[in-house]
Parts: sequence; C-alpha cells; structure tokens
Amino acid sequence: MSQIQEFEKVLSGSDTSVAAFDEHGKSFVKRAQHFLHSTPAAVPLIVLVLSIIIFGIAIGGRFFSSYTLTLILQQIAIVGILGAAQTLVILTAGIDLSIGVIMVISAVIMGNCAITYGMPTLLAVVVGLAAGGACGLLNGLLVAYMKLPPFIVTLGTWNIVMATNFIYSANETIRDADVDAQAPLLHLFAMSFRVGSAVLTAGVIATVVLVAILWYVLNHTAWGRHVYAVGDDPEAAKLSGIQTKKVLIAVYTLAGLIAAFAAWVSIGRNGSISPSAAVTDYNLQAITATVIGGISLFGGRGSILGTLFGAMIVGVVSMGLNMLGADPQWKVLLTGVLIIGAVAIDQWIRKVSV
Amino acid sequence: MTQQAVLTARGLTKRYGRVTALNNCDFDLYPGEILAVIGDNGAGKSTLIKAISGAVHPDEGTIELDGKQVLFKSPIEAREAGIETVYQNLALSPALSIADNMFLGREIRKPGPLGSWFRMLDRPAMEKRARDKLTELGLMTIQNISQAVETLSGGQRQGVAVARAAAFGSKVVIMDEPTAALGVKESRRVLELILDVKKRGLPIVLISHNMPHVFEVADRIHIHRLGRRLCVVDPKQISMSDAVALMTGAKKPPEDALAA
Repeated sequence: MSQIQEFEKVLSGSDTSVAAFDEHGKSFVKRAQHFLHSTPAAVPLIVLVLSIIIFGIAIGGRFFSSYTLTLILQQIAIVGILGAAQTLVILTAGIDLSIGVIMVISAVIMGNCAITYGMPTLLAVVVGLAAGGACGLLNGLLVAYMKLPPFIVTLGTWNIVMATNFIYSANETIRDADVDAQAPLLHLFAMSFRVGSAVLTAGVIATVVLVAILWYVLNHTAWGRHVYAVGDDPEAAKLSGIQTKKVLIAVYTLAGLIAAFAAWVSIGRNGSISPSAAVTDYNLQAITATVIGGISLFGGRGSILGTLFGAMIVGVVSMGLNMLGADPQWKVLLTGVLIIGAVAIDQWIRKVSV
Repeated sequence: MTQQAVLTARGLTKRYGRVTALNNCDFDLYPGEILAVIGDNGAGKSTLIKAISGAVHPDEGTIELDGKQVLFKSPIEAREAGIETVYQNLALSPALSIADNMFLGREIRKPGPLGSWFRMLDRPAMEKRARDKLTELGLMTIQNISQAVETLSGGQRQGVAVARAAAFGSKVVIMDEPTAALGVKESRRVLELILDVKKRGLPIVLISHNMPHVFEVADRIHIHRLGRRLCVVDPKQISMSDAVALMTGAKKPPEDALAA
C-alpha cells in the first residue's frame, strides 16, 4: 500500500455514513424549485389546471361541459402531434422549422397518390409517411454530417419543401367529397366516439397514444436517454460512446415521419387536402406548445408530457377567450406572455444546480 | 524489459492545422503497472491520451494492443477493446442521473420480452450496480443515485466518472487528471482505487500535474515534452525536482533514460 502522507492520517476516523441533512432549513420556494427541477412537466400542468379554473370561473358551467373540454382536445390534436415531433428535435438542442411544410406536402402526396393516381389508400398513406421521413432524413444528414446549424438547415428545407409542394400540386385542392368517395381511409382520424356529451375523435386518441409512446421511449429506453445526452452535452455524449450522428439523424427522420402522421390526422380534421394550408400557424403553434411545455431550447431538458400540456394550455386559452367573446388578438397576446413566462421559469429552475 | 507490452504506440503524429500536438511520439504500457504521464501544459499529453483512447485519429503512427495493431475509429471501439478512459472534462451528461450516466452507451435492458421487444431499461439493476460501485469508492456523500449529475459537487462528479471507468475497464484504464478537482479525502480514495485497480492486474495510465500523487503511486513515469516522449524514469531513482526539471526543459535527460 502507498505511504500515507502526514496530513492524511486523520482520514481513518472520518465519517462513513450516507450524508443526510436537516430538510426543514429549506424554504418553501427552494423546495418548490427542487421539485420542479426533478419534475419538468409540473409547471405546464399547474398552468393548465389554473387556466381551466380561471376560465371556468369567468365563463361558468358552460366551460366545464365535457363537450367543450373535448372540443379543445380536438382542436389541439394536430398541434400536439407536431409539438411531439418538435420536442424530439428541441431535446437535441436543435429546432425544426420545416415540420409544418413537411406535414402539408405529405398530405398532398397522400391525397394525390390515393385519388389522382388511384393507388390503394393504405399504400398512399405509406408513400406519404415515407415522403415525410425522407424530408426529415435530409434535415438529419445536413445537421449531423454537414454540421450546419439546425435553424439554418430547416429554414432552407422549409422553403425548398414549400416550393416543391406548390410546384408539384399546382396549388390544386383535393375536395372533401372526392376523398370521402375514393379514399375514406384518409378520413380515418375524423372518426368520432360519443360518450355522453363528450366527443372524442380518433385523432385525439392518436395524439395521446403517440405522446405516451414517445414518453416511454424517451424515458425508459437507451435510445431515449441518448437523445437527452446528445442535447445536453454533445461532446460528453460522444466520449461516453454514443453515436451522436446516428442519434441526430434518427431524431430528425422520426420528426419528419411524425409530421407526415400529423398530415394523415389533419386530412381527417380538415376534410379536404389543400397545399396552401396555414403552414406558418401550425409551425409556430407547435414550437409554442413545446416551449410552454417546458422543453428547454438549449436541449436535454424537459418532458414530452409537458408539450402535450403546453398544447392544451394554448387550446384552453383560445377557447376560453372565444367563449368570452374577446378580440382574437388577446389570444395572441396571451400566448406571447406564456412563452416568455415559460422560458423565464425554465431559467429559474436550472439555477437549482448552482 | 523482456515483458510484452499491453499497449504500445510508435511514431504517433497529430497536427491541428499548423499546430503540432504529437510529434513522432512513442508510448509503452506494461502489464499490471501504473504509468504516469507528466508534462507541461500544451506538451500534448491530452492528445496522446485521446489518440490511444480512440477520441482522436493520429495522422501517422501505429498503436498495438496485446501485440495486435488496432485502429480505433471512435471511443466506443476502444472501450469495446477494453480501454476505459476518465476524461479531464469527465464526459458526463449533467441532466441525466448518476446511474444513467454510468451506463451511458451500455445500458442494461430488462430480461425477457420487456427488454428485447420493448427495449425497456432495467433501472433497478443499473441503480444497484452504480450504488455498489460508488460505495466501493467510498463516495457515500452521494445521497440519491437517481439525482441529476448537475446537482453534484465537482468532486462527486469526478468520483462518478472514476467509478464508471473502474467498473468497466478490462484491459487498460486511462485517467486524465483524476484528482484535479477533489478534496483531500476524495483524492486519497481515488489513489487507493487506482492501487486497487492495479491489484486486480489492470494497468493504468495516469496523467497528473500533482507530483506527490504521481510519485506515490506510479511504477514508471513517462515524461512528455514538445509532443513526444522525452524519457521514462523510475520514481524511486529520481527526485520530484529532477522530474520537473526534465519536463520543463531545465535539464537534459540522461542517455539511458528510455530503458528505465
């Protein structure tokens, strides 16, 4: 054994029990900060519950009807799915501005394949999903191998995909009736179930199931942990033996695939398939849901459940203001306040470690 | 020395643009020994370590592990070959838990269909092994194995990184400044652990600026200067001041120093 140096001799008498500290010394605020740090989805959940209570008091019983609450879910289904895709990308410290247009072009491809080319509907859906996945793969390759900033890459592909979409579709809308007549499967997610006055569509259920699956994958599989590690500290992730490039490519491809899935759901909700659907709206709403949901734009932090809550917060606020008959601009204003508030809370929670 | 070296490098060269980090560098590690690598800042110690642990690809030169030439394309390949490294920046993910970090890149999955079909992680098993390893290291001031690494102190983080390397290394363990951020007690623990690992027959490469630590545990000292091996000395036959003089260029190495 090595010769122990003089000043180290007292170490044999040192305390060997697991460290324990008096907890009551911590203030309530500190404990709240620690709780929020370990439970990232709690903030959006609390905000969601609060906003439901506030609008419930302001509007009264009408707001609490199961019809209204399920209508909100129907309205946020597409944003929730796109938000889930966005969450994956933002967890790796990236951003995907192109998911909105990927959704639109996938919808157009699904519609054209099924109706204009007369393919079996299921095959048309697969082609649409593949197209979305391919767009995501392109983003992933550019980010992982060309090492371009995700913001620039997806700003570029946003424009490229949007232009391709208009050129390819000649800006022609496929009518609701044609879809119903020739490819009813494309309207699968419009299918609705009534439970009392509550109306659930297949789209709502798909959104919840998708988020649940992604939550499981992100928290309970090795790949999910790698997504967090890559966003947290890419250099450390690489040195610990994670193939960071493969993770990035998989994340962007999956985001494209999920956007294409959102396309299928959106056909169900909109009925018709329009190449000029409000892309920018969906895009920003998905990013808004993600940010309000507490996913850190710096990567590696947040829970995908938060994104779902974030989407619901936006849904509750806009429905509540609608029912109060407020100017729609109030919704935009409140969304802005929520975004800034969410990021401020994120920064505060991070200080727990300092 | 007639013994076969575990890890040998010959003529390693690495340039970053116009900066030469390694200049025709040689390196030998023998079974069961602790080889300390010392040198000035910027002498190329870290690049040498990264080259043998697969994080950097040398421009020229060869590396042999157990007499077989190897070419690591990534740290994963080096790890699979049994070379485990504690990096100076620790390579931990701050937002992940201690257990997740220790098993990053080699997670344990649940047995049965939960693991093979649903690829579910076996958290209890990972947490138990992580806790055992940390207890073995004497890092009992860590209260909760599932707490995020960013909530640990610098010394505790270092302990987690060292425990990870000690738990998985099978051929060589490389430690880049393992005691740099540690307190007196934790440093002692790490030095004892280094000797423990050596007792199990694993050779260790120790990079350190702490001369008392180096002279206490090292069997041989590789003195690195200006991107190459200046000489190898025996800590029992040289004083700390001579070693410092050699590595800073204040003194010329003796003729036979490479044979030590």
